Amino acid sequence: MRVKILVKTLSLLLLISPIVLFAQHENENKIDEKEIISEELSEEATKSFERKEYINHHLKDAYDFTIWHEKGIEFPLPVILWDNGLQVFSSSKFHHGEAVAISNGNFYKLFHNKIYKTDELGTINLDEHQHATNTKPLDFSITKNVFTILLISIFIFFLFMRFAKTYQNNLVPKKGGKFFEPLILFVRDEIAIPNIGKKHYKKYMSYLLTIFFFIWFLNLAGMTPLGIGVTNNIAVTFALAMFTFFITQFTSNKNYWKHIFWMPGVPVPMKFILAPIELLGVFIKPFALMIRLYANMTAGHIVLMSLIGLLYVFTNWFAKGAFLGLTLFLSIIELLVAFLQAYIFTMLTALYFGGAVAEHDEH
Amino acid sequence: MEKLLNDFSVGLFFWQTLLFIVLLFLLRKFAWKPILNAVNEREDSIKEALNAAEDAKREMAKLKSSNEDLLNQARAERDEMLKEARGIKDNIVANAKTTAKVEAEKIVAAARESIQHEKMAAITELKNQVAVLSIEIAEKILKNELSSADKQKTIIDNIVKDIHLN
Repeated sequence: MRVKILVKTLSLLLLISPIVLFAQHENENKIDEKEIISEELSEEATKSFERKEYINHHLKDAYDFTIWHEKGIEFPLPVILWDNGLQVFSSSKFHHGEAVAISNGNFYKLFHNKIYKTDELGTINLDEHQHATNTKPLDFSITKNVFTILLISIFIFFLFMRFAKTYQNNLVPKKGGKFFEPLILFVRDEIAIPNIGKKHYKKYMSYLLTIFFFIWFLNLAGMTPLGIGVTNNIAVTFALAMFTFFITQFTSNKNYWKHIFWMPGVPVPMKFILAPIELLGVFIKPFALMIRLYANMTAGHIVLMSLIGLLYVFTNWFAKGAFLGLTLFLSIIELLVAFLQAYIFTMLTALYFGGAVAEHDEH
Repeated sequence: MEKLLNDFSVGLFFWQTLLFIVLLFLLRKFAWKPILNAVNEREDSIKEALNAAEDAKREMAKLKSSNEDLLNQARAERDEMLKEARGIKDNIVANAKTTAKVEAEKIVAAARESIQHEKMAAITELKNQVAVLSIEIAEKILKNELSSADKQKTIIDNIVKDIHLN
């Protein structure tokens, strides 16, 4: 009972908190506006621009972990660069992009949230498109997203390891297992077995389960107001799709390749036409996986944050109420999407694996 | 597209790949294998238990049918025994009847014989009595007849006359 109330309270807080944070940000904006009111931009345009920037910033990766920006509750993360040797220093040295960080006699500065190598004064040379022409060092920093992935990975690992331990003494799931076992069985019975087949599904189970819970938990983490939308980052979805791609290729049987290069059951000229198409399909499949997850999560966040932003654009209380309702509704939809995208990714992955190991006895 | 490529962070990709591989192998060893094994084991044990229950049910049915058979056999046996007993009884009764009849006849015959004897004895005695009585009567009559000389003379005359006649 107590757990139930706790869960309810937490989820309610989770749904409301982005609005609260936005409100604080809005107040800060008002102070900023006074300072830049003399500029040619109108007040409304400035506000609109700020909102857009805030949303973009919220969606992007960062070098420090901000819990509550306005209160200064944040902690720096290590910056790791490869630039004539390993350069490791704390991201606090950047002072949010205002200062030049010095490491082993090299100077680095943040520009549009990216690290550039600069001179002592932190000069950023711009080309005609307002892009920096300074060299970018190879960046292996533990950014906000990397940190989140690490945290979520540790969380998933301990969660399921503890869950696995409860099975040692008895075969009936206890506590959390009651919730997670049906999900594991769902991945096995609804995703793996129907798509891959009873004969081969076992070797893919670990990957399917890991990718399912990994994406789902990261999606859920992205729903928090901390701005840790890891799955709306193309590098992350690319990595995940890449795994699916390589596992598909390396576990495939000769039937799979035969179906790509010499499609059985069609006339010979068709075989020549189908081969490049099929070969292209091999790469398009994981590419679609990557874009689907990335686009869905990004779009969801942008829509949600835009709606929250609209709450502050309208002064009419009726409109505010309506947008509040809409925001809550969309938040719930996004929770569903978080699960759905994890499901679709796992499902399609299983489908590709199934294609790679299909026996094609019917030919 | 250019923005997408620009947003692509090699560092994030590197860490994501590394962390995911580590997570995959750790989970595989410490979570998925034990969990899936346990689940499989459980499913097998459930299947086994179900099969065992089915077997037990079949066994029960078999037992029941064999019981039924046994019962039927017993019933048949009982019927037969009853029949036999009835036959024996009938036999015994019939025998007894015959024996009784024979015995009764014997008794009746004996009785009849003894009755005959008694009758004979009675008749003999009666005859004796009658004889005695007859003698007494004859004596009395004779005494009476011979009481006087005349009468004696008459008798003798009669007898003599008879002799003559003869």
